[in-house]
Amino acid sequence: MASKFTRSNRVGWSMAGPAAVLMAIFVVLPFIFAIGLSFTNQRLISPNPTQFVGLANYEQLLGVGVLTLEPERDAAGAAVRDDAGALAYPSLRSFTRNNDQYPQYDGMREWFSFDIGENRVFVLGRDIVFLKALINTVIFVLIVAPVQGGLALGLALLINQKLRGINLFRAIYFMPVVVSIVVVSLLWRFIYDGNSGLLNNLLGAATFGAFPRIDWLGNPGTALGSIIAMSIWQAVGFHMVIWLSGLQTISPTLYEAAAIEGASPWQTFRYVTWPGLRNTAVLVLIVITMQAFSLFSQIDVMTGGGPLDSTQTIVFQAVERGYGKQDISGGSTISVVLFVIVLSISFIQRWLTREKT
Amino acid sequence: MARVSLSGIKKNYGGVEIIKGVDIDIADGEFTVFVGPSGCGKSTLLRMIAGLEDISDGTLTIGERVVNDLPPKDRSIAMVFQSYAIFPHMTVRENLAFGLTIANAPKAEKDAKVAEAARILQMEHLLERRPSQLSGGQRQRVAIGRAIVRKPGVFLFDEPLSNLDAALRVDMRMELSKLHADLGATMIYVTHDQVEAMTLADKIVVLNAGIVQQVGSPLELYHRPANIFVAGFIGSPKMNFLKVRVEAVDATSVTVGSADIGKLVLPRANATAKVGDEVTIGMRPHHLTVGGAQDITGRVVLVERLGNETLAAVVLGSGQQIIAALPGDIDVAPGQELHLATQADRASLFLANGLAA
Ligand SMILES: Nc1ncnc2c1ncn2[C@@H]1O[C@H](COP(=O)(O)OP(=O)(O)O)[C@@H](O)[C@H]1O
Ligand SMILES: [Mg+2]
Repeated sequence: MASKFTRSNRVGWSMAGPAAVLMAIFVVLPFIFAIGLSFTNQRLISPNPTQFVGLANYEQLLGVGVLTLEPERDAAGAAVRDDAGALAYPSLRSFTRNNDQYPQYDGMREWFSFDIGENRVFVLGRDIVFLKALINTVIFVLIVAPVQGGLALGLALLINQKLRGINLFRAIYFMPVVVSIVVVSLLWRFIYDGNSGLLNNLLGAATFGAFPRIDWLGNPGTALGSIIAMSIWQAVGFHMVIWLSGLQTISPTLYEAAAIEGASPWQTFRYVTWPGLRNTAVLVLIVITMQAFSLFSQIDVMTGGGPLDSTQTIVFQAVERGYGKQDISGGSTISVVLFVIVLSISFIQRWLTREKT
Repeated sequence: MARVSLSGIKKNYGGVEIIKGVDIDIADGEFTVFVGPSGCGKSTLLRMIAGLEDISDGTLTIGERVVNDLPPKDRSIAMVFQSYAIFPHMTVRENLAFGLTIANAPKAEKDAKVAEAARILQMEHLLERRPSQLSGGQRQRVAIGRAIVRKPGVFLFDEPLSNLDAALRVDMRMELSKLHADLGATMIYVTHDQVEAMTLADKIVVLNAGIVQQVGSPLELYHRPANIFVAGFIGSPKMNFLKVRVEAVDATSVTVGSADIGKLVLPRANATAKVGDEVTIGMRPHHLTVGGAQDITGRVVLVERLGNETLAAVVLGSGQQIIAALPGDIDVAPGQELHLATQADRASLFLANGLAA
């Protein structure tokens, strides 16, 4: 049903042209390079010629294995326990280093382990740092997407009223979005400081000193959570504005019709507002997810991936590999993996939120 | 069923008075139309009755209760909007049942009431459709159906037919008349279209600039307009107004005259008109005939042939223009000289202050 207007629209193309060319040069082309490089052993600067290595980079990055070990037994077949009563297991290294019987585990390291009865199950990975980064990123996305989206919607609903001075609040909530994420991260490093940080002082004052001082970014247990909280705060205003634009497309007469029928505020939200926001919700969800998957600046400024790799993320690893370690093919491989993940998730989200007819 | 009474109703928007003290009594079961030009405050008045706008001053009574401070749902009203205001993501059935869903009514009751409304409006076959699959007329029918399901004491309509095409408007007009006859409910209907007002109303309220100009039955307004505004607003084509001078006044008649019309003896007693006063005479286009006792002479400048009648614009000697509605097959052409006569007993007389004499 393409009309003449949409089929051949020279004016349209000439307007989109400059942006399209720039996108092609700086987004599409590098990405095609990245796909190509991920199948080679290219390094950033290297005297050796580049070689095609097939899927080796992907195997190195994503290789995982599961190894179940029985405890050491004495001659009678009973499990050997040490003085503390803990079971002893054979050394992992005897399986993962130069063991001809288990070539599939060669070069792997322990990622995590758990017990089933007396047996211990080891989950092994070839690239433990990347796997941690993957998990951290997924946790980040799973928390940030709903919480940030929900908070932003709440703010948008509050802001979307005719009140004196409401624009001031709009501006305040939007301000962190305008400030560079690097500056915001630096500021929050002070807020999270272990000694005299604002957060510690506030918590201390609120609890009359009962709350212990915490080195929020220096503690593996709190570092990721701290970055999550700060990231949610930073971009919530942006998504608030998107929700707001969605709210304003809903016809006021629908609200009036609902009021005449006697709908409560919650029923009005459920039957009028939320259905009217369906397309906005898809957009917000996809945008937050993509932004969250590309988490980098906060990590780079605030923790550098530490402590103990507790804040490693996929993009941080890609940059670290590609430029820090000059392993450009490794970095490219990570980028391609990230691309596949984000693309699949976007498709899943679109499918889940599709218009049901 | 309910009577509605407005007493001294006023509305200010930030210092500007939009409704300037309105008194109207609407009997139980009456079909009342508020008519007036765009921006005169019809919608504002209706929305105050609905409870969608605060009442700045005055008393609004529906049934036996003063409802000034009741929310819309407790006023025993239902409203139909120009933009339909049906919920786009719900089926027709869900739209009709919305008020019952909100009130947690049992399914059997919902089904029964929806079925009854659908039967009244003959749209049983549309119940499972969504609004996007309906025509404009069908959408408005859904909105009316939703009002019927509420079984309100008073139906409020705000220009419900203005978004429909002309032919459909005529059909829907008749249906609304029939609906009123069937339900016997009080209805208040807002329109800027005097034809709708004339055809639908038991009682017409003519508004201008937030002030009631005249209240009366359609024919009262047509034949005995209270002032120049009502005279000009009701009737199509518009009433012709000519400047004349009072030449004689006696107990049973007023004689007026001018170069354009010669002498005209209006058979009515009037104490306020005095010899020498500048007044305005109003003649309906349909009361003008070719030839006759009195002689209004002018040159035809425009002819519109409608088939059943012919509208001729005639410029008189003084330069004033009048419209005459003549028989459909009359032989007139632009440039031709025409001798017209009016019926003195059907002409209106307006004093310098605009009021009918
Ligand atoms: N919310 C508002 N704030 C200020 N002025 C308003 C508002 N709503 C309506 N008005 C003004 O009140 C007047 C009457 O409007 P309305 O009742 O909508 O007229 P109509 O007779 O065309 O339905 C208009 O001049 C309009 O500009
Ligand atoms: Mg209006």
